[in-house]
Amino acid sequence: MSQGILVFIEHRNGALNKTSLEAIAAAQSLGSQLQQPVSAVLLGSDLNTLAQEIATYDLGRVVTASNAKLAEYTPDGYTFAMEHAVRQLDPQLVVMPHTYLVRDFAPKLAARFEKSLISDCIRAQVNESSITFTRRIFLGKLDADVVSDGQPPVFATFQSGAYRPDQAAKGSAAAIEIIPVDVGEIRMTPEAPFQEVKQAVDLSKADIIVAVGRGIKSKDNLALAEKLADALGGDLAASRPICDAEWLPIDRQIGSSGQTVAPKLYVALGISGAIQHLVGMKNSGTIVAINKDPEAPIFDIADYGIVGDLFEAVPILTEEIKKIKGVA
Amino acid sequence: MKIVVMMKQVANKDAILRINKEGTWIEEGDLSFEVSESDGYALEEALRVREKLGGEVVVCSMGPQRVKSVIKDALARGADRAIHVVGDNLGHLSPYAAAIVLAEAIREEKPDLVFTGLQSDDFGYAQTGVILAELLGLPHATIVIEVDASAEKLRVKRELESGWYQWYSMATPALLTIQSGISQIRYATLKGIMAAKKKEIKEVAPPAEIVSRPSHQRIEKIYLPQKTKQTQLLGNGDAKAGAVELAQKLHTEARVI
Ligand SMILES: Cc1cc2nc3c(=O)[nH]c(=O)nc-3n(C[C@H](O)[C@H](O)[C@H](O)COP(=O)(O)OP(=O)(O)OC[C@H]3O[C@@H](n4cnc5c(N)ncnc54)[C@H](O)[C@@H]3O)c2cc1C
Ligand SMILES: Nc1ncnc2c1ncn2[C@@H]1O[C@H](COP(=O)(O)O)[C@@H](O)[C@H]1O
Repeated sequence: MSQGILVFIEHRNGALNKTSLEAIAAAQSLGSQLQQPVSAVLLGSDLNTLAQEIATYDLGRVVTASNAKLAEYTPDGYTFAMEHAVRQLDPQLVVMPHTYLVRDFAPKLAARFEKSLISDCIRAQVNESSITFTRRIFLGKLDADVVSDGQPPVFATFQSGAYRPDQAAKGSAAAIEIIPVDVGEIRMTPEAPFQEVKQAVDLSKADIIVAVGRGIKSKDNLALAEKLADALGGDLAASRPICDAEWLPIDRQIGSSGQTVAPKLYVALGISGAIQHLVGMKNSGTIVAINKDPEAPIFDIADYGIVGDLFEAVPILTEEIKKIKGVA
Repeated sequence: MKIVVMMKQVANKDAILRINKEGTWIEEGDLSFEVSESDGYALEEALRVREKLGGEVVVCSMGPQRVKSVIKDALARGADRAIHVVGDNLGHLSPYAAAIVLAEAIREEKPDLVFTGLQSDDFGYAQTGVILAELLGLPHATIVIEVDASAEKLRVKRELESGWYQWYSMATPALLTIQSGISQIRYATLKGIMAAKKKEIKEVAPPAEIVSRPSHQRIEKIYLPQKTKQTQLLGNGDAKAGAVELAQKLHTEARVI
């Protein structure tokens, strides 16, 4: 009978991806409520050091699936190896962090078990022996409670921030087990990861940021936000769609695929607050949101909000700030 | 090159979503719809590859009759023909079941490339494309932000987290999930709209046994997210008054100006 929870540990060349600790915390929490042991699984080729690091957490065991073909991540390689590990270990539940790497191979893995993932969960609640997973839908506007039919293995991925890495409990040296895995044909060839040439603008040091989203409507309207940024002595930034449309260069994009910032003041104009944007700015000191939709998720993290038309609010805000600063 | 592009119709981004009485889904009756954002970019990239290498772009969309508006717009923008998998209530399909239906709808096309969006704007599963690749036996790459395709090779740039990228090469046929912003989207011209009227839209029915199979994951209820932070809302619906108040608060309370 299927038993236990298996948590997938993500790393690059042996360097742990910190969201794996959040996945450990998720698996431990579910494991204690379901009274199920938690095992961790690592895929790669040279995993000794990392396996020992993971074994310091409160886990039943750490399983390493080693194969030279796993030295570099590929979706084909990881799917083969994880499929093999899941079939051998036969868990009830497989927990993974919802990272770009997991998104790349885990749906393929689940498909080998004739199902899909319960993806990008923000919470999970155990009632007796079943789990209700909560995931955000409609770009963060609504929450959905999702239940699976319980047929093992259930695959679930958790959004970054759903659990805190420091919630992952330490334990007493979990046993490390090495399992052989077969890896079939790998059809894609990766080149080395790289960063684009040095970004012209480094917003990570900015004290004040005025960020615009799709609510700004047109490139011409950017001037409005620019004036506010000037009055505040801050920098202009944007959500992804603004950079996608090339209204602002990509080095002004905030979020999971842009820059991560934590200014003293972050003013979000016409930004809905999708998770991929929030991860880039949620640690800002004071967060201000101006948005005409009272249900926009950005209000969930804002200190001050104006529900209304940014085209009415921003010119006045700019003038008032100039007055306060005595430059009007 | 024959390229199939998967395009999903979703609720308009600015639409006010109302939850139905049962609390199980939104009221769809009076909603306006549009194409899921990254699917629009997937079509654009397909059109560019066709312009470079020749061939055909086939659009495939699954959903009720209303998705014809997405299909017609794609044809007006330059797609050659379309496959419409017609059915009401297909929204409850798991991404696995949806991928089975989509795979069957395009399998006979034997495409050289399949493009999907990286993530739908309504359910946001981020899975359908990858599962489709598995079902069709194709290698895949996700979150693709640049495509370098020639008759001999396919090289794609993938977006990784926090500003990192990576190139992957693979043989065709292959499936790519396209990230928004890959290129600038063209709009339909009047000529395109006229030409679209003559283009083929093939309607197919989804396999009944897939549609009627109970889903292995089921939405029990939907609701507004609980707020975790106490936001001070200023102006009480008057944006101008709010702005005056906000400037004061930033000065005297938050002390950031
Ligand atoms: C893998 C991946 C990576 C991503 N990376 C990033 C990233 O790094 N950064 C990022 O930002 N996004 C990223 N995204 C996209 C993200 O999911 C959202 O689509 C995006 O952040 C939405 O941008 P927005 O808020 O500007 O637009 P929308 O969601 O369209 O919101 C516009 C807002 O403006 C408001 N509005 C409209 N008119 C007015 C008005 N007159 N006055 C006031 N308010 C108004 C609306 O109510 C709405 O809330 C990523 C997505 C994926 C899948
Ligand atoms: N009903 C559908 N019709 C056409 N394409 C779809 C449909 N559902 C999903 N897709 C494709 O799969 C991608 C990912 O969707 P999802 O897995 O729901 O995030 C979308 O961007 C579309 O390209």
